[in-house]
Amino acid sequence: MGTELGKYKSCVSARSTDKEILKGAQDGGIVTQLFAFALDEGIIDGAIVAGAGDEPWRPRPFIATTKAELFAARGTKYNICPNVSFIKEATRSYGLDKVGIVGTPCQMQAVRKGQLYPIGLRDVGDKIALAIGIFCMENFPYQSIVQLVEDHAAMKMEAVKKMEIGKGKFWVYGQRGQVVQLPLKVTHKYEQPGCHVCLDYVANLADVSTGSVGSADGWSTVFVRTRAGDSVWAKAIAAGCFETQPIEKVKPGLELVSKLANEKITKNKTTLEERATFGVGKALRNPYI
Amino acid sequence: MADKITVGHVHMSGCTGCLVSLADNYGGLLTILDKYADLVYGLTLADVRHIPKMDVALVEGSVCIQDKLSVEEIKQTREKAAVVVAVGGCACYGNITRFGRGGQQNQPQHESFLPVGDLIKVDVYIPGCAPTPQMIRNVCVMAYLLLKGTKEQKDLATKYLTPLMKAAQRGTTACFCDLMTEVINQGLCMGCGSCAAACPVRAITHEYGKPQGQRDLCIKCGACYNQCPRSWFSFDVIPEFEGITDIINGALQ
Ligand code: SF4
Ligand code: SF4
Ligand code: SF4
Repeated sequence: MGTELGKYKSCVSARSTDKEILKGAQDGGIVTQLFAFALDEGIIDGAIVAGAGDEPWRPRPFIATTKAELFAARGTKYNICPNVSFIKEATRSYGLDKVGIVGTPCQMQAVRKGQLYPIGLRDVGDKIALAIGIFCMENFPYQSIVQLVEDHAAMKMEAVKKMEIGKGKFWVYGQRGQVVQLPLKVTHKYEQPGCHVCLDYVANLADVSTGSVGSADGWSTVFVRTRAGDSVWAKAIAAGCFETQPIEKVKPGLELVSKLANEKITKNKTTLEERATFGVGKALRNPYI
Repeated sequence: MADKITVGHVHMSGCTGCLVSLADNYGGLLTILDKYADLVYGLTLADVRHIPKMDVALVEGSVCIQDKLSVEEIKQTREKAAVVVAVGGCACYGNITRFGRGGQQNQPQHESFLPVGDLIKVDVYIPGCAPTPQMIRNVCVMAYLLLKGTKEQKDLATKYLTPLMKAAQRGTTACFCDLMTEVINQGLCMGCGSCAAACPVRAITHEYGKPQGQRDLCIKCGACYNQCPRSWFSFDVIPEFEGITDIINGALQ
């Protein structure tokens, strides 16, 4: 295992000890639990999460300042939620001094670029207190999700209880108990194009990153990466927020995380190479310098 | 102190907001002036009439080409300064002064305002309107490390400044449209939202995850494009955010 998992101080398999949180959680309820704890302890005074938007399963960035608001934002939506768009506003009209933010690996890259090169983010950088990253293979435009759910899975958007990508399939769970699985072969072409140049699977730049891959059902794999992440994680463990297992003892464990990370990075590096000779003597732009 | 660098603030056609941003580093600015930089030129700040030799010129504002003195001074700045930094949207891209058409008292004929890079070679860009105190601070600290630091510090400063040097080479116009032409049209946007957060005039919203610009509101400051992680992103620098932040904070202690 090399650089594909990023730098981290520790890695465990974990789940929340709060039954209420687990009930509506995608996996181990890590994000909701960690933010709820950080709110209680005053480590953050609000968190930018993917809240409910105008249409079913269409998220919009939302600033949660209570546990109830965090609860309302649980679960993965599998389409774009521009959480970083609120990062300045959180410190302005919401008046937050200690901001939590959850996002995809690319959004964690955006947050760190914003801290080191705060070109349009005056007085924001040192107010980011806890950035939680979510493992991410790819994301979808909202309309792609509509097409997958309504056309391919033949379900109504408002009747969906949960969506999930796992075990090589896209799963749609209906509220009446029906389950439809689509092979990823079907979903690939609907992916957001920007994801195809993405070189980060496990949110290498987050304070804490988490996702289901590597752990058993109902559990999440958690990487603790920075001093800020380490400090809040240690406090949350001491407060009994999480049940944990050493990742080495867990199946399929880090081996699978590494494998998927390498697959993603290799595939997208190839895309970047192909972009360099996309036209006749003309390249598409490479953002990485 | 002999090993300080010399810095000047050259004021072209700008609103002094950039200078205020520099000052908004408060104690940090005093530390910079105390330990790292001597201010050798600056309207109202240093009692020097002609542009002196200096290590770093921080240029604020665009250049009015109908104003002979401004044109002369910007050329002198290039001759006298080892490193020219365009500070703020106006110096980098023209920004709000792009909309100038003359007619203002008491020089109604002053109607054409060019970004500094249209008249002289610029080495480093700090875009944004106003540029943030933290960006100006970071560049000041890095410029010091580049000119006076150890080998290791020089390497770090070079890595940090490289994207800002490339921004200076890239061109002298900016607009919301850059997100369309250079990011979305290029298949690179992933909907993070940085552009909307960075825009000083709230010209950008996100519709279904992608930036939507009200182009009439756009003042052409370049903040959105340069804040976007898919305009430029340095894997040499950004993953080291923890260590580099420590270095910058440490320097200002
Ligand atoms: S695959 Fe990469 S670019 Fe796409 S949403 Fe995930 S982290 Fe962002
Ligand atoms: S900052 Fe760039 S990648 Fe992010 S939403 Fe705006 S244009 Fe897209
Ligand atoms: S859209 Fe906003 S941030 Fe972008 S160039 Fe225009 S004014 Fe500046």
